[in-house]
Amino acid sequence: MAEGIKNKVAIVGMGCTRFGEHWDRSAESLASEAFEEAIADAGIEKKDIDAAWFSSCFDEVNVGKSAIPLAGALKLPFIPITRVENFCASGTEAIRAASYAVASGACDVALALGVEKLKDIGYGGLPDFSQLRGIYNRQIFPNVTAPGQFAMLATRYFDRYGLSPEEGKRTLAKISSKSHANGALTPKAHLRRKVDVETIMNAPMIAWPLGLFDCCGVTEGSAAAIIVRAEDAKKFRKDPIYAKALQIAVSPEEEYRYQQWDGTHVETTYRCGVNAYKEAGVKNPREEISMMEVHDCFSITELVTYEDLQISPRGKAKEDIDAGFYDLDGKIPCQSDGGLKSFGHPIGASGIRMAYEVYKQLQGKCGERQIRDPHLGLTHNLGGFPANCVIGVTIWGNEL
Amino acid sequence: MNKFYKVNILDEEGGMDKVKGITAYGIYLPYHRLKRETIFKAMGWFNPGVGGLAKGEKAVANFDEDSLTMAVAAGMDCFPDIGREEIDALYLASTTFPYKERGNASIAAGALNLSANTRTAEFSGCLKSGTTALISALNASDSETTMVCASDTRLGKAGGTEEQMTGDGAAAVAVGSKGVIASLIDHYSISYDFPDHRRLDSDKFIRSWEERWMREAGYFKILPEAVNGLLARCGLQISDITKVVYAPPNLRDHKAMAQSLGIKPERVQSPLIEPVGNTGAAHPLVMLIAALEEAQPGDKILVASMGSGSDALLFEVTEEITKLKSRNKLKKNLDYKGELDNYTKYLSFKGMLEKEIGIRGEEVSPTSLSLQWRERNAVLKLVGAKCKVCGTPQFPAETVCINPECGAVGQMEEYSFSDKTGHLFTFTADHLAFTEDPPGLYGIVDFDEGGRYWFDITDCRLESLKVGQPVQMTFRRRYLDEARGIAGYFWKAMPFKG
Repeated sequence: MAEGIKNKVAIVGMGCTRFGEHWDRSAESLASEAFEEAIADAGIEKKDIDAAWFSSCFDEVNVGKSAIPLAGALKLPFIPITRVENFCASGTEAIRAASYAVASGACDVALALGVEKLKDIGYGGLPDFSQLRGIYNRQIFPNVTAPGQFAMLATRYFDRYGLSPEEGKRTLAKISSKSHANGALTPKAHLRRKVDVETIMNAPMIAWPLGLFDCCGVTEGSAAAIIVRAEDAKKFRKDPIYAKALQIAVSPEEEYRYQQWDGTHVETTYRCGVNAYKEAGVKNPREEISMMEVHDCFSITELVTYEDLQISPRGKAKEDIDAGFYDLDGKIPCQSDGGLKSFGHPIGASGIRMAYEVYKQLQGKCGERQIRDPHLGLTHNLGGFPANCVIGVTIWGNEL
Repeated sequence: MNKFYKVNILDEEGGMDKVKGITAYGIYLPYHRLKRETIFKAMGWFNPGVGGLAKGEKAVANFDEDSLTMAVAAGMDCFPDIGREEIDALYLASTTFPYKERGNASIAAGALNLSANTRTAEFSGCLKSGTTALISALNASDSETTMVCASDTRLGKAGGTEEQMTGDGAAAVAVGSKGVIASLIDHYSISYDFPDHRRLDSDKFIRSWEERWMREAGYFKILPEAVNGLLARCGLQISDITKVVYAPPNLRDHKAMAQSLGIKPERVQSPLIEPVGNTGAAHPLVMLIAALEEAQPGDKILVASMGSGSDALLFEVTEEITKLKSRNKLKKNLDYKGELDNYTKYLSFKGMLEKEIGIRGEEVSPTSLSLQWRERNAVLKLVGAKCKVCGTPQFPAETVCINPECGAVGQMEEYSFSDKTGHLFTFTADHLAFTEDPPGLYGIVDFDEGGRYWFDITDCRLESLKVGQPVQMTFRRRYLDEARGIAGYFWKAMPFKG
């Protein structure tokens, strides 16, 4: 019987660059900044690191494949490093791998670092998807983009729950507006301005029914975590955060190939959440979780994630949104740093950035956006599309 | 009747009358219609002379269509009345085939999911190639069933007469000796190097000679020569013919031809210029199908083409025509339409307008042809699999069953989705993806007999889409990689046409 990762590992140091369009900086420079902050935060030196996991996703042309770009950038001295890639969930994958390594006793101090440098392609949005799932799928997949794939979730959700396009869009706009307000309070965020609901409602359409402000930005940046075994954590700092759950779930693609999925939720998130709560011993997430950083690549993703993580009942997220349940001063603040929407989404770094916000919140270091007395923080990282995705759900606590 | 009248041929088993003729038909007109007035408003400043032609509208192929996809659509339209397993040969006729080398008919045979044991051939080079293909099919051995698909997307230069007169469309007829709805009486052909229209390999646009010469020295001489030659061979008068179908260069000359040949107005088949335009090699067959849709058993229908000569064919309609499952195919195609109200959009669809497509649009990933060949069942035919254990249809075919309750390994049999209807599970309109006609529509389709997959959606507008609406599948050109010389085809969903 698997014991799970609960209370076996801890994060003792983290770093994160400002996220944004870094026209004048390379991936190497961003990774170096995140790394230096992380080791300084952990009070260690480069030579203390036994192994590293490096996450990057799209930007194989700029950053390059393999783990060599990380070793080269940081000048890590001949240690084992592995590049991991699992679409937008790559960052969580790096944390999970580093955690499993220290938990096994194979090494004592592990680094998880993610970086993404997307803005050298010459056009807006993510790089063209046509070959990401191989040359066969390029022949038979529709001409999709990420916003379109998530928009289909909104179409179906609106239809199922009887929301008019106006009502549905207004509900989604409240989610984005909340995240922009939080991002405005976050110094390292990409988009640091408040945006009101009407502006969001009236923004240009990207993929019906999602408009510009329903979509996160395309962002560059890097984030890093230093992971050690839980029993060693206090040797590094007085306020480490402890892993309660580190789960990954991957869709077998039945959602869009078999008539069972209802199209109004992300089944993989639900399954991953169930496993994470089980691993963490969380019985009632709505009461026990203090804060969440979810994968709000699009406003509709955040909405269905509330339900898939069993915080809001099915079809009832709107009521919680309208009640301010997920606002910074709500019961479970969601995206206290602005999330992907406002903090930004450098693909390979995002999962680690989510952990960065949970880490800082659980340590009480978030200044004017500080959540009152949080104990348990959850991250939700989604790679792929609603109908076929990789989901990472992690739960962290500030007590053993 | 003369010696060529092909009746009372005994088959091998003896006794049964066996007559070669048309056994089924299908038609395809593209969704978009461009009003000729729209063309004239855009180009009349340059050529006021075409103002007189600016009546009605023309059918315009969508950006994702070419003569090959339209031929397939017309062929698919035959299937309610004929089984694809009955077809021994496929003939394609067009002057606008996408490939010069790589069998267009082989691509079409694949898309139509015909047996690999199908004989394929292509007829091209002139506007009579559609009727020539039909004659060749009618002359094939009596045991053979041939599908003839004629299709064209001819292009006239901006502001010219040809731009006004041409339309895009396709027709298909199945020819055999079982269940003949219109039996061949006889045919007669004329071949002349009358160069009224021409295109070299490198020509995108039709070139033509002076209209008066084309009319006086060509149309009014050559077409009557074929028609009268056929009538003489059959020992018939024009007054014996119930419906005369002949190619129309334009409305006025078509009308004048009736007088010239002595045909009563009610016996002249409507030229379909006003609602469709001249669909080139397909047009005589499009008009023939229009005549068949209204015909009664016993009617005699004469059809004559025009282009580097002329073919004339005479058919007699049989009782079998009353057994066809559908006889309103032309009307269905005329009715399912959307106005292309923008001349520059037309130019763009036809590759006549260099647009700022952006760097995303300029990215064209290479196509692996070895993969296309290996996966031809999925890519060309939309053939997936059905699990022999749980019965779940699934696309594409894979080794392990997609049904999570089943998961059987290696228990798949081929299953065709191209002729299945479905319902739209969800959809979007994507403004970010590059497409020639933004926003790009796509969605997930639940097939009515099982199976789910996602597809691009074509031939409709976002405003018309609803969750749960019925859809059908259509074979389209997904991309044209001109740098590498590849037209890439796959299937899209479209609203159920009825």
